[in-house]
Amino acid sequence: MSNLSVNHLLGIKQLNKNDIELILSTAQNFKEVINRPIKKVPSLRDITVANLFFENSTRTRLSFELAQKRLSADVINFSASNSSVKKGETLVDTVNNILAMKVDMIVMRHASPGAAIFLAKKVKAKIINAGDGAHEHPTQALLDAFSMQEKIGNLKGKKIVIVGDILHSRVALSNIFCLQKLGALVKVCGPLTLIPKYITSLGVEVEPNLIKALEWCDVANMLRIQLERQDIKYFPSLREYTMMYGLNKEILENLSKKIIIMHPGPINRGVEITSDVADSKQSIILEQVENGVAVRMAAMFLLAGRQGS
Amino acid sequence: MQPRILLEKTKFDVTIKRLCYQLIEVHNDFSESVIIGLQPRGIYLARRIQAELQNILKNKKIHCGELDTTFYRDDFRKKELIPNRTNIDFIIEEKNVILVDDVLFTGRTIRSGLDAMLAFGRPKDVELLVLVDRRFSRNLPIQAKYIGITIDSIATQNVKVEWKESDGKDKITLLNK
Repeated sequence: MSNLSVNHLLGIKQLNKNDIELILSTAQNFKEVINRPIKKVPSLRDITVANLFFENSTRTRLSFELAQKRLSADVINFSASNSSVKKGETLVDTVNNILAMKVDMIVMRHASPGAAIFLAKKVKAKIINAGDGAHEHPTQALLDAFSMQEKIGNLKGKKIVIVGDILHSRVALSNIFCLQKLGALVKVCGPLTLIPKYITSLGVEVEPNLIKALEWCDVANMLRIQLERQDIKYFPSLREYTMMYGLNKEILENLSKKIIIMHPGPINRGVEITSDVADSKQSIILEQVENGVAVRMAAMFLLAGRQGS
Repeated sequence: MQPRILLEKTKFDVTIKRLCYQLIEVHNDFSESVIIGLQPRGIYLARRIQAELQNILKNKKIHCGELDTTFYRDDFRKKELIPNRTNIDFIIEEKNVILVDDVLFTGRTIRSGLDAMLAFGRPKDVELLVLVDRRFSRNLPIQAKYIGITIDSIATQNVKVEWKESDGKDKITLLNK
Protein backbone atom coordinates (compact mmCIF):
# COMPACT_ATOMS: atom_id res chain seq x y z
CA MET A 1 0.00 0.00 0.00
CA SER A 2 1.65 3.18 -1.10
CA ASN A 3 -1.26 5.43 -1.83
CA LEU A 4 -4.05 6.94 0.24
CA SER A 5 -7.52 5.47 -0.20
CA VAL A 6 -9.08 8.94 -0.05
CA ASN A 7 -8.98 12.09 -2.19
CA HIS A 8 -9.47 14.45 0.75
CA LEU A 9 -8.45 14.49 4.39
CA LEU A 10 -11.84 15.21 5.92
CA GLY A 11 -11.55 13.21 9.11
CA ILE A 12 -9.87 10.20 10.64
CA LYS A 13 -13.16 8.34 10.32
CA GLN A 14 -12.73 8.20 6.54
CA LEU A 15 -9.17 6.82 6.75
CA ASN A 16 -8.25 3.17 7.11
CA LYS A 17 -5.34 1.81 9.14
CA ASN A 18 -3.09 1.66 6.06
CA ASP A 19 -3.75 5.34 5.30
CA ILE A 20 -2.83 6.34 8.85
CA GLU A 21 0.32 4.23 8.83
CA LEU A 22 1.32 5.61 5.41
CA ILE A 23 0.92 9.21 6.61
CA LEU A 24 2.89 8.48 9.79
CA SER A 25 5.73 6.71 7.98
CA THR A 26 5.94 9.49 5.37
CA ALA A 27 5.96 12.03 8.21
CA GLN A 28 9.05 10.27 9.54
CA ASN A 29 10.83 11.11 6.27
CA PHE A 30 9.64 14.70 6.43
CA LYS A 31 10.82 15.06 10.03
CA GLU A 32 14.30 14.24 8.77
CA VAL A 33 13.83 16.83 5.98
CA ILE A 34 12.85 19.65 8.36
CA ASN A 35 15.97 19.01 10.41
CA ARG A 36 18.29 19.46 7.43
CA PRO A 37 20.33 22.64 6.88
CA ILE A 38 18.00 23.38 3.94
CA LYS A 39 14.53 22.44 5.09
CA LYS A 40 12.72 22.79 1.79
CA VAL A 41 11.89 20.21 -0.87
CA PRO A 42 10.39 20.97 -4.29
CA SER A 43 7.63 18.32 -4.27
CA LEU A 44 4.61 20.67 -4.44
CA ARG A 45 6.16 23.46 -6.49
CA ASP A 46 3.29 23.27 -9.01
CA ILE A 47 0.54 23.31 -6.37
CA THR A 48 -1.29 26.33 -4.96
CA VAL A 49 -2.88 25.92 -1.56
CA ALA A 50 -5.43 28.21 0.04
CA ASN A 51 -5.67 28.28 3.81
CA LEU A 52 -9.23 29.24 4.69
CA PHE A 53 -9.62 29.93 8.37
CA PHE A 54 -13.16 30.85 9.31
CA GLU A 55 -12.20 30.36 12.96
CA ASN A 56 -9.25 31.60 14.97
CA SER A 57 -6.05 29.59 14.94
CA THR A 58 -2.39 30.19 15.65
CA ARG A 59 -0.60 26.87 15.77
CA THR A 60 -2.55 25.01 13.10
CA ARG A 61 -2.49 27.86 10.58
CA LEU A 62 1.23 28.53 11.06
CA SER A 63 1.99 24.83 11.00
CA PHE A 64 0.08 24.31 7.75
CA GLU A 65 1.63 27.38 6.17
CA LEU A 66 5.13 26.32 7.15
CA ALA A 67 4.48 22.79 5.88
CA GLN A 68 3.24 24.19 2.56
CA LYS A 69 6.25 26.48 2.21
CA ARG A 70 8.64 23.64 3.02
CA LEU A 71 7.01 21.63 0.23
CA SER A 72 7.50 24.64 -2.10
CA ALA A 73 3.75 25.13 -2.64
CA ASP A 74 2.35 28.57 -3.37
CA VAL A 75 0.23 29.69 -0.44
CA ILE A 76 -2.63 32.13 -0.06
CA ASN A 77 -4.18 32.87 3.31
CA PHE A 78 -7.69 33.84 4.07
CA SER A 79 -9.32 34.66 7.36
CA ALA A 80 -13.03 35.25 7.66
CA SER A 81 -12.69 38.36 9.79
CA ASN A 82 -11.47 40.55 6.91
CA SER A 83 -13.26 38.92 3.99
CA SER A 84 -16.48 39.10 1.98
CA VAL A 85 -17.98 36.44 4.23
CA LYS A 86 -18.86 39.41 6.40
CA LYS A 87 -20.80 40.81 3.43
CA GLY A 88 -23.00 37.72 3.26
CA GLU A 89 -21.19 35.51 0.74
CA THR A 90 -21.86 31.77 1.12
CA LEU A 91 -19.10 29.26 1.82
CA VAL A 92 -19.40 27.59 -1.60
CA ASP A 93 -19.32 30.94 -3.41
CA THR A 94 -16.28 32.08 -1.43
CA VAL A 95 -14.44 28.86 -2.18
CA ASN A 96 -15.42 28.74 -5.84
CA ASN A 97 -14.13 32.29 -6.27
CA ILE A 98 -10.84 31.24 -4.75
CA LEU A 99 -10.71 28.14 -6.93
CA ALA A 100 -11.35 30.27 -10.03
CA MET A 101 -7.88 31.66 -9.33
CA LYS A 102 -6.55 28.12 -10.01
CA VAL A 103 -6.07 26.84 -6.51
CA ASP A 104 -5.44 23.08 -6.19
CA MET A 105 -5.86 22.41 -2.50
CA ILE A 106 -7.91 23.92 0.32
CA VAL A 107 -7.05 23.73 4.00
CA MET A 108 -10.12 24.80 5.92
CA ARG A 109 -11.09 25.45 9.51
CA HIS A 110 -14.73 26.18 10.10
CA ALA A 111 -17.01 26.45 13.14
CA SER A 112 -19.66 24.18 11.61
CA PRO A 113 -19.24 20.43 12.03
CA GLY A 114 -19.17 18.75 8.61
CA ALA A 115 -18.16 21.92 6.74
CA ALA A 116 -15.19 20.18 5.11
CA ILE A 117 -17.29 17.17 4.04
CA PHE A 118 -19.89 19.54 2.57
CA LEU A 119 -17.24 21.45 0.68
CA ALA A 120 -15.61 18.30 -0.70
CA LYS A 121 -18.90 17.41 -2.36
CA LYS A 122 -19.35 20.87 -3.87
CA VAL A 123 -15.98 21.91 -5.26
CA LYS A 124 -13.19 20.45 -7.36
CA ALA A 125 -10.12 20.70 -5.17
CA LYS A 126 -8.47 18.58 -2.56
CA ILE A 127 -9.81 19.48 0.87
CA ILE A 128 -7.97 19.15 4.16
CA ASN A 129 -10.01 19.62 7.29
CA ALA A 130 -8.10 21.76 9.79
CA GLY A 131 -10.93 21.52 12.32
CA ASP A 132 -14.69 21.65 11.83
CA GLY A 133 -16.52 22.73 14.98
CA ALA A 134 -16.52 20.00 17.61
CA HIS A 135 -16.37 17.29 14.96
CA GLU A 136 -12.86 16.36 13.74
CA HIS A 137 -9.32 17.71 13.58
CA PRO A 138 -7.56 14.93 11.68
CA THR A 139 -4.05 16.37 11.40
CA GLN A 140 -3.95 16.97 15.17
CA ALA A 141 -4.84 13.32 15.79
CA LEU A 142 -2.20 12.19 13.31
CA LEU A 143 0.51 14.33 14.89
CA ASP A 144 -0.54 13.13 18.35
CA ALA A 145 -0.26 9.50 17.21
CA PHE A 146 3.08 10.25 15.56
CA SER A 147 4.40 11.88 18.76
CA MET A 148 3.20 8.97 20.88
CA GLN A 149 4.82 6.44 18.54
CA GLU A 150 8.10 8.30 18.79
CA LYS A 151 8.03 7.95 22.58
CA ILE A 152 6.47 4.56 23.22
CA GLY A 153 6.70 2.74 19.88
CA ASN A 154 3.87 0.81 18.25
CA LEU A 155 0.56 1.91 19.78
CA LYS A 156 -1.10 -1.51 19.62
CA GLY A 157 -2.30 -2.33 23.13
CA LYS A 158 -1.02 0.95 24.57
CA LYS A 159 -3.28 2.84 26.97
CA ILE A 160 -4.20 6.44 26.27
CA VAL A 161 -6.42 8.66 28.37
CA ILE A 162 -7.93 11.90 27.09
CA VAL A 163 -8.70 14.29 29.93
CA GLY A 164 -10.95 17.34 29.95
CA ASP A 165 -13.63 18.88 27.79
CA ILE A 166 -14.44 15.91 25.55
CA LEU A 167 -17.87 17.27 24.61
CA HIS A 168 -16.58 20.32 22.76
CA SER A 169 -13.34 18.81 21.50
CA ARG A 170 -12.69 17.89 17.87
CA VAL A 171 -9.23 16.75 18.98
CA ALA A 172 -10.78 14.13 21.27
CA LEU A 173 -12.98 12.59 18.58
CA SER A 174 -10.22 12.46 15.96
CA ASN A 175 -7.80 11.07 18.55
CA ILE A 176 -10.24 8.33 19.53
CA PHE A 177 -10.74 7.25 15.90
CA CYS A 178 -7.03 7.39 15.13
CA LEU A 179 -5.79 5.62 18.25
CA GLN A 180 -8.39 2.88 17.97
CA LYS A 181 -7.51 2.25 14.33
CA LEU A 182 -3.89 1.86 15.43
CA GLY A 183 -4.93 -0.67 18.07
CA ALA A 184 -4.59 1.48 21.20
CA LEU A 185 -6.99 1.40 24.16
CA VAL A 186 -8.64 4.73 24.88
CA LYS A 187 -10.36 6.08 27.99
CA VAL A 188 -11.77 9.52 28.54
CA CYS A 189 -11.74 11.37 31.84
CA GLY A 190 -13.51 14.55 32.89
CA PRO A 191 -16.66 15.93 34.50
CA LEU A 192 -19.60 13.82 33.28
CA THR A 193 -21.28 16.98 32.01
CA LEU A 194 -18.39 17.36 29.55
CA ILE A 195 -18.46 13.75 28.32
CA PRO A 196 -20.82 13.07 25.41
CA LYS A 197 -23.44 10.41 26.09
CA TYR A 198 -22.65 8.43 22.94
CA ILE A 199 -18.94 8.09 23.76
CA THR A 200 -19.20 4.50 25.07
CA SER A 201 -20.71 3.45 21.73
CA LEU A 202 -17.29 4.24 20.21
CA GLY A 203 -15.72 1.61 22.45
CA VAL A 204 -14.30 4.20 24.80
CA GLU A 205 -14.51 3.77 28.57
CA VAL A 206 -15.32 6.69 30.83
CA GLU A 207 -13.23 7.13 33.97
CA PRO A 208 -14.43 10.07 36.07
CA ASN A 209 -11.52 9.82 38.54
CA LEU A 210 -8.36 11.56 37.32
CA ILE A 211 -5.91 9.61 39.52
CA LYS A 212 -7.35 6.24 38.48
CA ALA A 213 -7.23 7.29 34.82
CA LEU A 214 -3.60 8.38 35.11
CA GLU A 215 -2.59 5.19 36.94
CA TRP A 216 -4.11 3.18 34.08
CA CYS A 217 -2.56 4.98 31.14
CA ASP A 218 0.77 5.18 29.29
CA VAL A 219 -0.06 8.59 27.82
CA ALA A 220 -2.34 11.35 29.08
CA ASN A 221 -3.62 13.88 26.55
CA MET A 222 -4.81 16.93 28.50
CA LEU A 223 -7.43 19.06 26.73
CA ARG A 224 -8.32 22.68 27.22
CA ILE A 225 -11.69 23.72 28.60
CA GLN A 226 -13.29 25.34 25.56
CA LEU A 227 -15.16 28.14 27.29
CA GLU A 228 -15.85 29.82 23.93
CA ARG A 229 -17.98 26.84 22.84
CA GLN A 230 -19.81 26.47 26.15
CA ASP A 231 -23.18 28.17 25.96
CA ILE A 232 -24.22 26.97 29.43
CA LYS A 233 -22.34 26.25 32.67
CA TYR A 234 -21.06 22.67 32.66
CA PHE A 235 -19.26 22.85 36.03
CA PRO A 236 -19.47 25.22 39.00
CA SER A 237 -16.18 27.08 38.53
CA LEU A 238 -12.80 26.83 36.80
CA ARG A 239 -11.21 26.58 40.26
CA GLU A 240 -13.28 23.52 41.06
CA TYR A 241 -12.47 21.99 37.68
CA THR A 242 -8.77 22.50 38.36
CA MET A 243 -9.07 20.89 41.78
CA MET A 244 -10.78 17.81 40.31
CA TYR A 245 -9.15 17.49 36.88
CA GLY A 246 -6.09 19.75 36.80
CA LEU A 247 -2.80 17.90 36.49
CA ASN A 248 -0.07 19.13 38.82
CA LYS A 249 3.43 18.00 39.71
CA GLU A 250 2.34 16.37 42.96
CA ILE A 251 -0.16 14.09 41.19
CA LEU A 252 2.37 13.25 38.50
CA GLU A 253 5.11 12.35 40.99
CA ASN A 254 2.82 10.23 43.14
CA LEU A 255 1.91 7.96 40.24
CA SER A 256 3.41 4.47 40.30
CA LYS A 257 4.91 4.92 36.78
CA LYS A 258 6.18 7.65 34.50
CA ILE A 259 3.59 8.61 31.92
CA ILE A 260 3.83 10.85 28.85
CA ILE A 261 1.96 14.16 29.02
CA MET A 262 0.51 15.73 25.90
CA HIS A 263 -1.56 18.80 25.15
CA PRO A 264 -2.81 19.99 21.76
CA GLY A 265 -2.56 23.65 22.80
CA PRO A 266 -3.34 26.38 23.49
CA ILE A 267 -2.59 25.64 27.14
CA ASN A 268 -4.46 27.35 29.93
CA ARG A 269 -1.64 27.14 32.44
CA GLY A 270 -2.92 26.58 35.94
CA VAL A 271 -6.28 25.22 34.74
CA GLU A 272 -5.98 21.80 33.08
CA ILE A 273 -2.23 21.56 33.61
CA THR A 274 0.24 23.45 35.79
CA SER A 275 3.35 25.12 34.38
CA ASP A 276 5.75 22.72 36.10
CA VAL A 277 4.00 19.76 34.43
CA ALA A 278 3.72 21.45 31.03
CA ASP A 279 7.44 22.23 31.11
CA SER A 280 8.51 18.92 32.69
CA LYS A 281 10.57 16.20 31.01
CA GLN A 282 7.51 13.99 30.76
CA SER A 283 5.71 16.59 28.67
CA ILE A 284 6.10 16.38 24.87
CA ILE A 285 3.99 19.43 24.07
CA LEU A 286 6.63 21.21 21.99
CA GLU A 287 7.58 17.99 20.21
CA GLN A 288 3.93 17.75 19.17
CA VAL A 289 4.25 21.17 17.56
CA GLU A 290 7.43 20.18 15.70
CA ASN A 291 5.86 16.92 14.55
CA GLY A 292 2.80 18.83 13.38
CA VAL A 293 4.76 20.34 10.50
CA ALA A 294 6.13 16.95 9.41
CA VAL A 295 2.72 15.26 9.61
CA ARG A 296 1.02 18.03 7.64
CA MET A 297 3.76 17.89 5.01
CA ALA A 298 3.15 14.15 4.71
CA ALA A 299 -0.63 14.55 4.42
CA MET A 300 -0.38 17.22 1.71
CA PHE A 301 2.38 15.36 -0.15
CA LEU A 302 0.35 12.15 -0.24
CA LEU A 303 -2.90 13.87 -1.23
CA ALA A 304 -1.22 15.88 -3.99
CA GLY A 305 0.60 12.78 -5.19
CA ARG A 306 -2.43 10.60 -5.70
CA GLN A 307 -2.18 9.10 -9.15
CA GLY A 308 -4.34 10.61 -11.81
CA SER A 309 -4.79 13.75 -9.77
CA MET B 1 14.21 -13.49 -25.77
CA GLN B 2 15.55 -15.28 -22.69
CA PRO B 3 16.87 -13.20 -19.78
CA ARG B 4 20.61 -12.70 -20.13
CA ILE B 5 22.97 -12.79 -17.15
CA LEU B 6 25.37 -9.86 -17.45
CA LEU B 7 27.43 -10.34 -14.31
CA GLU B 8 27.52 -12.69 -11.33
CA LYS B 9 29.70 -14.37 -8.69
CA THR B 10 33.47 -13.76 -9.10
CA LYS B 11 33.13 -11.24 -11.92
CA PHE B 12 30.67 -9.26 -9.80
CA ASP B 13 33.21 -9.07 -6.95
CA VAL B 14 36.06 -8.23 -9.33
CA THR B 15 34.03 -5.38 -10.82
CA ILE B 16 33.41 -3.85 -7.40
CA LYS B 17 37.09 -4.24 -6.46
CA ARG B 18 38.10 -2.54 -9.72
CA LEU B 19 35.76 0.38 -8.99
CA CYS B 20 37.36 0.71 -5.54
CA TYR B 21 40.89 0.85 -6.95
CA GLN B 22 39.76 3.46 -9.50
CA LEU B 23 38.37 5.51 -6.61
CA ILE B 24 41.61 5.21 -4.62
CA GLU B 25 43.57 6.49 -7.66
CA VAL B 26 41.59 9.74 -7.47
CA HIS B 27 40.68 10.05 -3.79
CA ASN B 28 43.82 8.65 -2.11
CA ASP B 29 43.00 7.94 1.55
CA PHE B 30 39.47 9.41 1.39
CA SER B 31 40.22 12.04 4.06
CA GLU B 32 38.43 14.66 1.94
CA SER B 33 35.96 12.35 0.21
CA VAL B 34 32.60 10.83 1.16
CA ILE B 35 30.27 8.29 -0.43
CA ILE B 36 26.51 8.79 -0.79
CA GLY B 37 24.33 5.92 -1.98
CA LEU B 38 21.01 6.72 -3.63
CA GLN B 39 17.93 5.01 -2.22
CA PRO B 40 16.58 2.45 -2.67
CA ARG B 41 19.08 0.20 -4.51
CA GLY B 42 22.21 2.33 -4.69
CA ILE B 43 22.81 1.98 -0.96
CA TYR B 44 23.85 -1.67 -1.31
CA LEU B 45 26.57 -0.76 -3.79
CA ALA B 46 27.65 2.20 -1.64
CA ARG B 47 27.95 0.03 1.48
CA ARG B 48 29.80 -2.68 -0.45
CA ILE B 49 32.26 -0.11 -1.79
CA GLN B 50 32.70 1.41 1.67
CA ALA B 51 33.50 -2.01 3.17
CA GLU B 52 35.89 -2.91 0.33
CA LEU B 53 37.70 0.46 0.57
CA GLN B 54 38.05 0.12 4.33
CA ASN B 55 39.48 -3.33 3.76
CA ILE B 56 42.00 -2.11 1.16
CA LEU B 57 42.87 1.06 3.11
CA LYS B 58 43.35 -0.94 6.32
CA ASN B 59 40.15 -0.07 8.19
CA LYS B 60 40.36 3.66 7.73
CA LYS B 61 36.92 5.11 8.50
CA ILE B 62 35.19 6.13 5.29
CA HIS B 63 31.93 8.10 5.48
CA CYS B 64 29.01 6.55 3.64
CA GLY B 65 25.48 7.98 3.68
CA GLU B 66 22.08 7.17 2.25
CA LEU B 67 20.09 9.71 0.28
CA ASP B 68 16.44 9.46 -0.71
CA THR B 69 15.40 11.46 -3.77
CA THR B 70 11.61 10.96 -3.67
CA PHE B 71 10.75 14.55 -2.74
CA TYR B 72 12.91 15.91 -5.57
CA ARG B 73 11.71 13.66 -8.40
CA ASP B 74 10.11 15.07 -11.54
CA ASP B 75 7.80 12.06 -12.00
CA PHE B 76 5.89 12.86 -8.81
CA ARG B 77 2.20 12.15 -9.53
CA LYS B 78 3.07 10.04 -12.59
CA LYS B 79 3.84 6.94 -10.56
CA GLU B 80 3.70 5.71 -6.99
CA LEU B 81 6.66 6.95 -5.03
CA ILE B 82 7.53 5.62 -1.61
CA PRO B 83 10.05 7.65 0.35
CA ASN B 84 12.96 5.87 2.01
CA ARG B 85 15.31 6.85 4.78
CA THR B 86 17.89 9.56 4.33
CA ASN B 87 20.87 9.29 6.62
CA ILE B 88 23.84 11.59 6.12
CA ASP B 89 25.51 11.98 9.52
CA PHE B 90 28.60 13.78 8.24
CA ILE B 91 29.36 17.13 6.64
CA ILE B 92 29.55 17.32 2.85
CA GLU B 93 30.52 21.01 2.71
CA GLU B 94 33.75 21.35 0.71
CA LYS B 95 34.10 17.53 0.45
CA ASN B 96 34.47 15.42 -2.66
CA VAL B 97 31.21 13.53 -2.94
CA ILE B 98 30.89 10.25 -4.82
CA LEU B 99 27.22 9.64 -5.65
CA VAL B 100 26.55 5.93 -6.04
CA ASP B 101 23.65 4.18 -7.78
CA ASP B 102 23.15 0.71 -9.19
CA VAL B 103 21.86 1.54 -12.69
CA LEU B 104 22.22 4.71 -14.75
CA PHE B 105 19.34 4.82 -17.23
CA THR B 106 17.56 8.09 -18.08
CA GLY B 107 19.62 10.17 -15.62
CA ARG B 108 16.50 11.52 -13.90
CA THR B 109 17.21 9.82 -10.56
CA ILE B 110 20.73 11.28 -10.56
CA ARG B 111 19.32 14.74 -11.35
CA SER B 112 16.99 14.51 -8.36
CA GLY B 113 19.87 13.08 -6.30
CA LEU B 114 22.01 16.13 -7.09
CA ASP B 115 19.21 18.44 -5.94
CA ALA B 116 18.58 16.40 -2.79
CA MET B 117 22.29 16.35 -1.95
CA LEU B 118 22.58 20.14 -2.16
CA ALA B 119 20.15 20.44 0.78
CA PHE B 120 23.01 19.19 2.94
CA GLY B 121 25.60 21.72 1.83
CA ARG B 122 27.89 22.70 -1.03
CA PRO B 123 30.37 19.99 -1.88
CA LYS B 124 33.70 20.80 -3.51
CA ASP B 125 33.27 18.23 -6.23
CA VAL B 126 30.67 15.61 -7.17
CA GLU B 127 31.33 12.42 -9.12
CA LEU B 128 29.01 9.64 -10.16
CA LEU B 129 29.67 5.92 -9.78
CA VAL B 130 27.29 3.30 -11.19
CA LEU B 131 27.42 -0.46 -11.47
CA VAL B 132 25.52 -0.57 -14.77
CA ASP B 133 25.50 2.15 -17.41
CA ARG B 134 22.66 1.73 -19.90
CA ARG B 135 24.16 3.98 -22.52
CA PHE B 136 22.14 5.52 -25.37
CA SER B 137 19.10 5.82 -23.09
CA ARG B 138 19.77 9.12 -21.39
CA ASN B 139 17.09 11.86 -21.12
CA LEU B 140 19.48 14.31 -19.46
CA PRO B 141 23.12 15.24 -20.02
CA ILE B 142 24.44 13.10 -17.15
CA GLN B 143 27.38 10.66 -17.38
CA ALA B 144 29.10 8.52 -14.78
CA LYS B 145 32.82 8.80 -14.07
CA TYR B 146 33.18 5.26 -12.68
CA ILE B 147 31.28 2.46 -14.42
CA GLY B 148 31.06 -1.24 -13.53
CA ILE B 149 29.73 -2.46 -16.86
CA THR B 150 28.31 -0.66 -19.87
CA ILE B 151 25.44 -2.25 -21.73
CA ASP B 152 23.41 -1.50 -24.80
CA SER B 153 19.75 -2.04 -24.16
CA ILE B 154 16.42 -0.79 -25.44
CA ALA B 155 13.69 0.93 -23.44
CA THR B 156 11.52 -2.20 -23.34
CA GLN B 157 14.24 -4.11 -21.49
CA ASN B 158 14.88 -4.05 -17.76
CA VAL B 159 18.15 -4.38 -15.89
CA LYS B 160 17.76 -6.24 -12.62
CA VAL B 161 20.54 -5.92 -10.07
CA GLU B 162 20.36 -8.38 -7.17
CA TRP B 163 22.34 -8.08 -3.96
CA LYS B 164 23.32 -10.72 -1.40
CA GLU B 165 22.03 -8.39 1.33
CA SER B 166 18.49 -8.19 -0.02
CA ASP B 167 18.08 -10.93 -2.62
CA GLY B 168 20.51 -13.63 -1.44
CA LYS B 169 22.85 -13.41 -4.44
CA ASP B 170 24.91 -10.93 -6.43
CA LYS B 171 23.70 -10.91 -10.02
CA ILE B 172 22.90 -8.55 -12.88
CA THR B 173 20.33 -9.74 -15.42
CA LEU B 174 18.93 -8.17 -18.59
CA LEU B 175 15.21 -8.89 -18.80
CA ASN B 176 12.61 -8.33 -21.47
CA LYS B 177 9.46 -6.68 -20.19
